[in-house]
Amino acid sequence: MEIIDILFTASFWAAAIRIASPLIFATLGELICERAGVLNLGIEGIMVAGAFAGWMAVYSGTDLWTGVAIAMFVGMAFGLLHSLLTVPFGLSQHVVGLGVTLLATSSTYYAYRLALPEVTSPPKIDAFQPLEIPLLSEIPLLGGALFSQTPFTYLAFILVLVVSVVLYRTPLGLALRAAGENPAAVAAQGLPVTGLRMGAVIMGSGLMAMGGAFLTMSAFDSFFFEMVNGRGWICIALVVFGAWRPGKALMGAVLFAAFDALQIRVQQTSFGAEIPYQIFLMMPYILSILALVMVSRRAEVPAALMVPFNKGER
Amino acid sequence: MTKDATEVLRLNRITKRFGKLTANDAVSFSLNQGEVVALLGENGAGKTTLMNILFGQYTADDGTVEVFGETLPAGNSRAALDAGVGMVHQHFTLADNMTVQENITLGVRSLFSASLDRGAARARIVELSETFQLAVSPEARVGNLTVGERQRVEILKALYRDVRILILDEPTAVLTPQEVDDLFVTLKQAVANGLSIIFISHKLHEVMAIADRVVVLRHGKLSGSARVQDTDTTSLAAMMMGTDAVPPVIATSAAGEALFELKEVSTPNIGTAPGLKSVSLALRANQIIGLAGVSGNGQAALADVVGGLRMPAQGHVLLGSEVLEKWTPRVAVQNGVARIPEDRHKTGTIADFDLTENAILEQYSTAPFSKKGWLNWRKARAFADGIIEKYDVRCPGAGTRIRLLSGGNMQKLILGRVLEAEPQIVLANQPVRGLDIGAVNYVHSQLLEARDRGASVLLISEDLDEIMTLSDVIYVIADGRLSPAFTRGEMTPAELGIWMAGQGDSPKEVSYAS
Repeated sequence: MEIIDILFTASFWAAAIRIASPLIFATLGELICERAGVLNLGIEGIMVAGAFAGWMAVYSGTDLWTGVAIAMFVGMAFGLLHSLLTVPFGLSQHVVGLGVTLLATSSTYYAYRLALPEVTSPPKIDAFQPLEIPLLSEIPLLGGALFSQTPFTYLAFILVLVVSVVLYRTPLGLALRAAGENPAAVAAQGLPVTGLRMGAVIMGSGLMAMGGAFLTMSAFDSFFFEMVNGRGWICIALVVFGAWRPGKALMGAVLFAAFDALQIRVQQTSFGAEIPYQIFLMMPYILSILALVMVSRRAEVPAALMVPFNKGER
Repeated sequence: MTKDATEVLRLNRITKRFGKLTANDAVSFSLNQGEVVALLGENGAGKTTLMNILFGQYTADDGTVEVFGETLPAGNSRAALDAGVGMVHQHFTLADNMTVQENITLGVRSLFSASLDRGAARARIVELSETFQLAVSPEARVGNLTVGERQRVEILKALYRDVRILILDEPTAVLTPQEVDDLFVTLKQAVANGLSIIFISHKLHEVMAIADRVVVLRHGKLSGSARVQDTDTTSLAAMMMGTDAVPPVIATSAAGEALFELKEVSTPNIGTAPGLKSVSLALRANQIIGLAGVSGNGQAALADVVGGLRMPAQGHVLLGSEVLEKWTPRVAVQNGVARIPEDRHKTGTIADFDLTENAILEQYSTAPFSKKGWLNWRKARAFADGIIEKYDVRCPGAGTRIRLLSGGNMQKLILGRVLEAEPQIVLANQPVRGLDIGAVNYVHSQLLEARDRGASVLLISEDLDEIMTLSDVIYVIADGRLSPAFTRGEMTPAELGIWMAGQGDSPKEVSYAS
């Protein structure tokens, strides 16, 4: 019964949306990469780098949105590295992706130690504050959940719409999807497959870094080691769960976040006190795996995902 | 046909080398407005290479391409498209998971224009498909279309870009005879609308039917050219093949007892391809059984059942008179089934294994190649050397990785591997696909030899000519159902085509009754 009550509180849904926001950015980023035919396993490390870069920029005195932009550029730089190795050179996307994750993570920690050699607890910044949208935030339940978030969260939802429109309504999106389905078809129209794929990976990596930056600049106000904590890997699963579609991926992210928000609250109920808390920590992952199994069986993988393309080869 | 003899395209002494191989050697020819020129030549003669140069996918080592009097920049497909040249590739360049309209409009508008303008695009596609009689729905997902429909999409793709010159690379290779007729109607309509066409083929009767002029390539060189009304198939064949390729002589043979039988076998569908539907078929000794049909109509399921990859869901299979309970690839090989798989790259060989390893793939676990769990590489090597010698596999040696061999030589190794065991049943699935005419004749003569030795050969092919030439008995498969057996020469290609389209058994009375 207590669980049912939790489901009807605005604070629960507000938490779910907040937890979902970084996942939405990074999932969109991964989705763009995969739609163009490149699996980007650099996601976890790029999120770490983005989390640090945005936070550090603001700590050094820039305003919040400049911090977001800097995080994005750092992500794009790692995206450039990833795409150079995987697209024109056609190296293994698994190895390159894991390499980028290791490189981005460790160089971020290194940069942290260089920048703040003395501190024992990381300093705080003035993070994004909730912005209540007039009128809309007055709606019962929904208003508290959706329209009393930080501007960074609103950006996540706007981007879902933007990415959908670009992918499905513009020539660029069509070419990008075709690059992930059959690059030979793209080349036969005289379009640059390499450019499209590299562009997608660079843009996608920028979004991943914004997802990381959300953690330090909106969800929390400081940077910790291990703070990304596998969220990048969850996003890879969310792309599959969302069947490579932005709208469905958004729903997947909110669903996962809702499980996560729920387990925290159930732990605090009388019923939850009887059960080891590790069980609750597992719940979002177990439920996600179950949902993934059920939903993704019909999903259509981009046909040329992880297939390198070299012009002139048969 | 009106001829104002305006030259629209000219190739000047195009030369292209791949390593030691000269694919095109100073080839020149031209194309006039409203003309259909057939580019004729056997597989490997350099036709596709030449067209890929024209279309900017390869860069020529020497020579130039002129379109409407302007020299095209080398190696730039975009420039070729912009100059009004469109190409329908032999291997379609379509994205299966996308719709017909998405495939057609891909790359037409600038990447950075704001919208796709889908309504206008759709209207234009519908209009073009009506004008050129290319029936296809813009909303259909390409993966769900038949091969013939996909080809229509490819042609529409070119027409949508207002091309003036259309290149078709082996367009009929994958079509039923009826679809070929439809294609020819479309091409004639295109010529009437002022397009010029280059039609690549190695089928003489098609060339005679559609072309105004024929240009023949042989070993990368221009070996002749003629107006269609001034020539005939015999002299074209001589230009195309020279004199060194002699097709095997075929005598009909009397069928023996059934070596392998399917009794009312049904199998589940494989993806979108239908499974078998209550198929009964006897493979008799001393016989080549031809299985005609458009690809994806149950051939794969039938090949899997014979080759031991799939047990029937219903019905049963018999080896001789014994009903089989366990029929796996290994049991099949041990019982004298030779398998020449459809895709020699994917399932016939392991690309990065050498010839020796590939030669023993089916037999590695039995004597003499393996004893007490140890491989005997000396015997394996000797076996591979024997095949290379006897089957004329052209390669640097048995230690060569098989990926470096041409398709024909790869196929010869597979032939050697399975035929050396003197199999009772030979499952030949598309055995000559993509081979040049010399290799085709060789493969065919080996199949005939196996038959004359007493084996039963199941020949699965999309090439109706091949089926009709070689087979003692012909079946047609459509939507997983088998036609009755036809004997050699009993049916015309058009009649078989009706069966291939799945309408062979529709009773004629229906048209009267309704």
